[in-house]
Amino acid sequence: MTGTSFAKAEIAAAVSRKWEKPTRQRWHTRTLTWQILLYALLVVLALIYISPFLVQISTSLKPDAEAATDAISLIPQTWTVAAYERLFLRSDFPIWFANSAIVTLFVTLGRVFFASLAGYALARLHFRGRGVVFAAVVAVMAVPTVVLLIPKFLVINQLGMYDSYAGMILPLLVDAAGVFIMKNFFESVPVSVEEQARIDGAGTFRLFWSVVLPMARPALITIVILSFQGSWNELSHFIISTQSPELTTLTKGVARLASGQLSQGTQYPLKLAAALIMTIPVAVLFFIFQRRIMNASEGAVKE
Amino acid sequence: MTATVSAPRRAGRPSGGVRRGEAVAGWAFTAPVLVILGIFLLVPVLMALWVSFSDWSGRGSPFSGNVNFVGLDNYAAITAEGGLPTRDFGTALRNNAWYVLLVVPLQTALSLFLAVLVNRAVLRGRGLFRTAFYFPSVTSSVAITVLWLFLFSASGAVNQILGAVGIAGPNWFNDPSGVVHNALGAVGVTDGPAALTGSGFLGLTWWDWLSGPSVAMSAFILMAVFTTSGTFMLLFIAALQNLGGDVDEAAMMDGANAWQRFWRVTLPQLRPTLFTVLTLGLIGCWQVFDQIYTGTQGGPGKTTLTPAYLSYSAAFLDQDWGQGAAIAFILFAIIVILTIFQRWVLRDRPVSKRRARQYELPQKKKEVAR
Repeated sequence: MTGTSFAKAEIAAAVSRKWEKPTRQRWHTRTLTWQILLYALLVVLALIYISPFLVQISTSLKPDAEAATDAISLIPQTWTVAAYERLFLRSDFPIWFANSAIVTLFVTLGRVFFASLAGYALARLHFRGRGVVFAAVVAVMAVPTVVLLIPKFLVINQLGMYDSYAGMILPLLVDAAGVFIMKNFFESVPVSVEEQARIDGAGTFRLFWSVVLPMARPALITIVILSFQGSWNELSHFIISTQSPELTTLTKGVARLASGQLSQGTQYPLKLAAALIMTIPVAVLFFIFQRRIMNASEGAVKE
Repeated sequence: MTATVSAPRRAGRPSGGVRRGEAVAGWAFTAPVLVILGIFLLVPVLMALWVSFSDWSGRGSPFSGNVNFVGLDNYAAITAEGGLPTRDFGTALRNNAWYVLLVVPLQTALSLFLAVLVNRAVLRGRGLFRTAFYFPSVTSSVAITVLWLFLFSASGAVNQILGAVGIAGPNWFNDPSGVVHNALGAVGVTDGPAALTGSGFLGLTWWDWLSGPSVAMSAFILMAVFTTSGTFMLLFIAALQNLGGDVDEAAMMDGANAWQRFWRVTLPQLRPTLFTVLTLGLIGCWQVFDQIYTGTQGGPGKTTLTPAYLSYSAAFLDQDWGQGAAIAFILFAIIVILTIFQRWVLRDRPVSKRRARQYELPQKKKEVAR
């Protein structure tokens, strides 16, 4: 990040003094061998990373007995959607899914709105105490979430929000990382954009809402992705803020399923199908915004 | 991170003009964030601090009259008294320390390795490879744990693959034996020397501390490396792209082999990212909770118990709220201290050799020209 072209030139010069040039032919054969080895290595690694998910998909389509005896084959001998049928027709799975969807929707909307408001204020509005506010937000980022399990329960309980949507959603509505991202983005927007609107008499909120916020699409998408992924995959907060079955989220429900409290025997197809469906929304979001996620850095350095 | 905090000192500036009303707007814009962080972060931490010094039993308000201040009793119970709470806390620390010791270096090395592999501009299908490596990172820890419980079950895929090459795999998530002890047992050492078994720390003998992660914990370690290497790979790719390829290309044209280019050209420039990855890894690894809750609940033989899970189970399952809160605060202290320590180890020295060489450069260039 801090590598300057000066340092690079220096290293290049240092390197050029140390190693002698090989002949052209040696160079070619050597790179070709390396290329083949590189691709072979990459393919093997990619298979290692992908194959667990392929095993998961195929196992979810097997009957229980076959899943237990033949854990590795990618093509089921007997195809069955019994696991999915059971999940959707004869279990609380649809309720878990709906709860996860509700919480994720509100948390994502809240985080996007509040993070951009605060980010804009911290980047552009001059007010006494701004530095302190920002320092406080940064300090908050340093507090480990796991340490907050008991504290959060205490407050949610005291406020009478235990076992309610309010208790599930409100504490997650704001995250410091989002504020940080938005502040960084707004600082990169030229001031001249706002000056024109300001002279035309636009108020601060109007300026923020109709001029600056529409420009912030790249940063907003980043926060949407992070919030969606974060709240959809959140587990510990829901463990400590709810207990009733009708407020169970996917993560909590599937975790219970996995530890065997709701099921008899191993029932691997059922568990893996539940975990698979749970992965699909984040996977879809990931593939839609793949370019953005993968090349986040490339966009950021362009002037 | 704290370096970016800017203190706006604009005392001399007149208020009014186009900047009129900004103070009000500024506070109004930041109010939602401040209020929510205050109510659900600052207040809770203070409440939990009180609970960690009290004998609150979970019924009623922790501030009601029949809750007493007990001083450091809760902290003493888990660190000094030598009873079951101390032994559990020691076990949890031991387990998590091995987890950190193995996961942090492995995930850092692997993610850097993957980033270097897929960062080449000439690489065909590099998007595909990146996607494959990153995908496990988007899945939830619950989903991935469910998958892992299946893959590492007694007759699961991993053991079938091991069986194909003639290795009898263990019953991963039910095997409490430590891998260091197992390795020593393979060469005939089954009992530790008296120096290690005679004394100990937090209710465990030194021999127990050195037993290594249990086989069950090793499966969690592999899982952590599998799921986090993609995220950190992206951080390293970002850093590598900011470096640009010119220096590396120059070194390549000059005949430096890949190994030399990596160690002498690339790695020194990646220092800030390396620090970020190590710190995030360290912080994350001391917070293992979801996986344990979903998977083993601390078993077998408490060898996958972690401080985070112990804090939860002490408070929510055993109703020992004071001890649960005390564990949480000790865990917090461990994370803060280790992060500061790491920052200190990896700090930028005032005048490093690397920096010093920058200033020698012009003279040497002249020599080359001559």
